[in-house]
Amino acid sequence: MNLTLRIWRQTGPDTEGAMTTYEVTDVSPDMSFLEMLDTLNEDLILRGEEPVAFDHDCREGICGACGMVINGNAHGPERTTTCQLHMRQFEDGDVIDIEPWRAAAFPVVKDLVVDRSAFDRIIGSGGYVTAPTGSAPEAHATPVPKAAADTAFEHAECIGCGACVAACPNGSAMLFTSAKVVHLNTLPQGGPERESRVLDMVDTMDDEGFGGCTNTGMCTTVCPKGIPMSSITTMNREYLRALRKGV
Amino acid sequence: MTTPHGSYLDYRTGEPVVDTKAPDGPVAERWNRRRFEAKLVNPANRRKQTVIVVGTGLAGGAAGATLAEQGYRVVQFCYQDSPRRAHSIAAQGGINAAKNYRNDGDSVRRLFYDTVKGGDFRARESNVHRLAEVSVEIIDQCVAQGVPFAREYGGLLDTRSFGGVQVSRTFYARGQTGQQLLLGAYQALSRQIAAGNVEMHPRTEMLDLIVVDGRARGIVARDLITGRVDTHLADAVVLATGGYGNVFFLSTNAKNSNATAIWRAHRRGAYFANPCFTQIHPTCIPRSGDHQSKLTLMSESLRNDGRIWVPKERGDTRAPGDIPEDERDYYLERAYPSFGNLVPRDIASRAAKTVCDEGRGVGPGGQGVYLDFADAIARMGRPAVEAKYGNLFEMYERITAEDPYQVPMRIYPAIHYTMGGLWVDYDLQTTIPGLFAIGEANFSDHGANRLGASALMQGLADGYFILPSTLADFLARHPHDEVPADHPAVTEAVFGVTDRLYQLLSNNGDRTPDSFHRELGELLWDECGMSRSDSGLRKALDRLPALREEFWRRIKVPGSGTELNQSLEKANRVADYLELAELMCLDALHRAESCGGHFREESQTPDGEAERHDEEYTYAAAWEFTGSGAAPVLHKEHLVFHDVHPTQRSYA
Repeated sequence: MNLTLRIWRQTGPDTEGAMTTYEVTDVSPDMSFLEMLDTLNEDLILRGEEPVAFDHDCREGICGACGMVINGNAHGPERTTTCQLHMRQFEDGDVIDIEPWRAAAFPVVKDLVVDRSAFDRIIGSGGYVTAPTGSAPEAHATPVPKAAADTAFEHAECIGCGACVAACPNGSAMLFTSAKVVHLNTLPQGGPERESRVLDMVDTMDDEGFGGCTNTGMCTTVCPKGIPMSSITTMNREYLRALRKGV
Repeated sequence: MTTPHGSYLDYRTGEPVVDTKAPDGPVAERWNRRRFEAKLVNPANRRKQTVIVVGTGLAGGAAGATLAEQGYRVVQFCYQDSPRRAHSIAAQGGINAAKNYRNDGDSVRRLFYDTVKGGDFRARESNVHRLAEVSVEIIDQCVAQGVPFAREYGGLLDTRSFGGVQVSRTFYARGQTGQQLLLGAYQALSRQIAAGNVEMHPRTEMLDLIVVDGRARGIVARDLITGRVDTHLADAVVLATGGYGNVFFLSTNAKNSNATAIWRAHRRGAYFANPCFTQIHPTCIPRSGDHQSKLTLMSESLRNDGRIWVPKERGDTRAPGDIPEDERDYYLERAYPSFGNLVPRDIASRAAKTVCDEGRGVGPGGQGVYLDFADAIARMGRPAVEAKYGNLFEMYERITAEDPYQVPMRIYPAIHYTMGGLWVDYDLQTTIPGLFAIGEANFSDHGANRLGASALMQGLADGYFILPSTLADFLARHPHDEVPADHPAVTEAVFGVTDRLYQLLSNNGDRTPDSFHRELGELLWDECGMSRSDSGLRKALDRLPALREEFWRRIKVPGSGTELNQSLEKANRVADYLELAELMCLDALHRAESCGGHFREESQTPDGEAERHDEEYTYAAAWEFTGSGAAPVLHKEHLVFHDVHPTQRSYA
């Protein structure tokens, strides 16, 4: 099929960007979305133009590197990562708008590449269990009820892609932050740092310039890993509980 | 930068390489002994010692976090935008540990035995035993970090058996074990970054090693956003940069995983061991066309219930459902009646290639075989199949738009893991003092073939437990002066890097980096892939220098070096692959035996099994670089088996 792409081009963080139109021909419906961009880039290089920069790595939906807004939707029309989106979701003659994640806390680096390092700083402020190597007790010393283990896993599935922030009208990182808070606070191993974790992570989230949550639910709608909206509710409860405890 | 067409085949054999750090005595006591004999670094002195760690996967992430916890100053690098994205994240199956929680007869000794045997007797006994010992501590460590392993209703950890092993020793977190273990290491590392103990450089790629007076003292790295080329100096350098499977272009590796760090270290003097030992995974989704950019693996567990077949007639283009039962060839069940579809990875892979080479492959380009669940659905009912494999079926359907409940899946083998890597001694130190290699980047523990669920184990064993002990011994024993930033070795390394980038940018040819990478990958896949032959390898060795010459003549890289330039990154990596490929082919040619993942067509038993030649080849082949395009020198490390007696395997 033949498609018209309108892609956000921006040479650097401090320059103006603009949508640029490209035609791509002979697109196979079996191509992934990123493979379609690969073919565009191969053409651009041969024409002596700069290829479109975009983040990607594993191309199997788990590393969280890729992400672009496709026709207004974070990761595009399917609830999956951009790398797992295939061209059979589109039709011959379609016009596709491709933009980077848009959020104050994710400045554009170049074209479709954004800076998501704020996520790393949120994790660094409390998204861990303090357990230096060698200090661990025998793994079976603390049984974990299966239900708790399953809940923790469900939240630990977050890949840190940032689609939740990109889709949120407030640019909020509540779903990302709460996924880690719920993962660790649900487990007995996370217990000793339960209060400081949620307080510090929420503080960092606010400091990094993410917006507040107004319960629109866009985050969970686009989340490729299906992190549930209830995660945010649980984090709010954990936050209140920690405040009351006066840690 | 073109390289003369040297006669690579004229390699010579030098002195054997000896692992001087390996303790002797009973195998089960060696690690304890080594740890006791190791010198320690006074806690007060540790912060004065800087350690560079390149890579943030399971090995690098674990090492960086642990060294920082112990008080060393760690400077760490990854090319990704965040340390959380290293490709360890994509490992699905699980992690082995000799906990014997099932009381099913497992032990450190049995894991040791299985790993040596699985590696087809081409790994070091001392290293493998240590790995089995440490495996137990890894699970404890990860649970303490909050890794959400699968659990039983009683709250204890669940395990499963994996890859044909008879004990149930594989711990897992659904199909995302690698992700969960990596996030555990990443979170520990993030704590140290926030505490100021690790200086983290994401989106920064190592492009050369700095060696001063014979000792590794730093790296040259490029900031991928600004293009700035900088030097970073330290007291020791640790490479945790993963394997080189991407040399094949199509593999299950992440797109940007690359061999540049280990190859540059090799060029600086680190021996490269067993480069031809690569592992192929039989159950990947076949390529759908020339646009294919990478291959996706599906869990091997599918072979437990799926039946593999192709049409009996070549060129049969009927839909699978229209091919009657007696016109199908269930070739694994036919050739290996006792193991059937569960034969080891390499046998299943080679058999698939054979039937496809015969013209009986299915799907686009005839590069696929059917993995059929019709019988399983009839036997177990669709809900049971769904419960067991639902997520895999869903992933398959998303990629291929075919419903595996209705039509058989199509699968084909793909490059998945590389057992070869930088040669290291028992302390995980390369032949360059002060340069260590951990995880998939080294060659040490898997011999000629890695067992399922052992990659995660080895990465974490190296990073959390082994390197921190052995590195301390090195630092304590080898005090040294600071290297001035304008030392000739430093400026020479920087010049080499910038000059090469300049050549790539200024060439203005007419071929893209990917076009060369694809061509290289096809050549290697054909001649140095699943099965290798003397004539094929010679053909590849003849072609590679010409391809390299063409690369430097025709490469085209747009843009500049002072910005994010992904084409430049690619081109620079492909330049190194073109050199590494030649060493792989030479290694494969010189090893005229079949063992593990290395199958030489000339060396097989009458029933088509891999045939080892222990008298000639019971050694690790460590290659020394002697100059661009010049024939390398082979140093053999002779392997001795005291505790596990080598046997020839048979699955017929």
